Amino acid sequence: MELLIIFLSASIVNNFVLSYFLGICPFIGVSNKISSAFSMGLATTFVMVLSATVSWLLFNMILVPYNLEFLQIPSFILVIASLVQFVEMVIKKVSQPIYRALGIFLPLITTNCAILGLALLISMREYSFLESIFFALGAGIGFIFALMIMAGIREELELTDVPKPFRGAPITLITAGLLALAFMGFAGMI
Amino acid sequence: MGLEIIIAIATMGGLGFIFAGGLAFADKKLRVEENPLINTVNELLPNANCGACGFAGCYDFAVKVVEGKAVPSGCPVSGNETSIHISDALGIEAGNSVKMIPVILCRGGSSEAVNKIAEYNGPLSCKAMAIVSGGDKLCYYGCSGGGDCSSVCPFGAMLMNGNGLPEVMEKLCTGCGICVKACPRNIIEMHPVDRNVFVFCKNQDDPKRSKEVCSVACIGCGICARKSDGGVEMINNLGIIKYEKFDESKISFEKCSTGAIRKIRYKEISVN
Repeated sequence: MELLIIFLSASIVNNFVLSYFLGICPFIGVSNKISSAFSMGLATTFVMVLSATVSWLLFNMILVPYNLEFLQIPSFILVIASLVQFVEMVIKKVSQPIYRALGIFLPLITTNCAILGLALLISMREYSFLESIFFALGAGIGFIFALMIMAGIREELELTDVPKPFRGAPITLITAGLLALAFMGFAGMI
Repeated sequence: MGLEIIIAIATMGGLGFIFAGGLAFADKKLRVEENPLINTVNELLPNANCGACGFAGCYDFAVKVVEGKAVPSGCPVSGNETSIHISDALGIEAGNSVKMIPVILCRGGSSEAVNKIAEYNGPLSCKAMAIVSGGDKLCYYGCSGGGDCSSVCPFGAMLMNGNGLPEVMEKLCTGCGICVKACPRNIIEMHPVDRNVFVFCKNQDDPKRSKEVCSVACIGCGICARKSDGGVEMINNLGIIKYEKFDESKISFEKCSTGAIRKIRYKEISVN
């Protein structure tokens, strides 16, 4: 039950993108097509779960016993950077079209604050191993949610008659704001 | 304090070493063997990703060329020079490609075609017109004048003239064929640049109606087909030129009462 609550809270109520405002860069950058938004979401979720696992192990097995908590930020970044490299290799091997569709945003997962934020939140809230995996999964699914909803809206926006000064980034940011406002409705549910 | 620094350095160094080792191992296992020629060819291509070659984009085309599944001249956008460079890089024959350009097979502009009584007052787009009522003109086969072809052209080679018909700027046209797909009435066709006889009409109405709706329509009289030895066939009240059997000396263009079949001057642009 506890795990389910953590999962739901991370994916919907405290959605990383729409209520913590983490990972806005890919949220705006890769949300113009549903298909690439979905694969970006999947890649991010994959990195999130892996990095949550590895950084939990690192933090609780090495850093805490040896009183090295002050190293958490550089060591987490090290973990994330290596994992992103790894995911990039896997995607390049498995699917060239996805690799090219994601383009620059794949290496940019490294600097995606949602992932570092996730690792830091896990160590801050002192989650257990299982809890942190569920937390990461929830955060990843929530990221996919946000990205897909945004991509869906933006695909429709392409066809609408947006006033000239609002075309492109402005209308996207306004949409994102309204979406975040809508997600505020979930606040206090859990 | 000194010990702490050493431990910190050792931890970070050790972690870095472990991750680097893991990545090196993964790189060995997961490396995608990529032919370096693909990149060379890709750099020579225009990278407009227009898809005129029939592949998903320039990179895809480069892959197919290197694999031998496409000829270097298969890219209609880049000229002969590029295909020679590509074949030099690969060490194979280039092959020849004739440049294709779009031909607008309708001459019924605002002054030739007859309009409906009801006026069209929607967005100026052929697609919208095709959905709603077919636009202002009575003819359901001709150019509706919404300019979809000109707005979709990535090279600015298609312009609408004062008569409400698109015109191809041959010097700018790369022959990508995007305009062909944009036209909801299929008026635009790709033809080799050295072809100069066309039936400039797509109207399949019976002679009476086609005469009513447009002064330059093909009314389907068949006079051009009669002595052409199969070079022109009449299909659905419309003359269709069969270019493989076509001999223009057998056609008397002046007999066509509306001038729908006509000879245009050779395009004075270099054939790549």
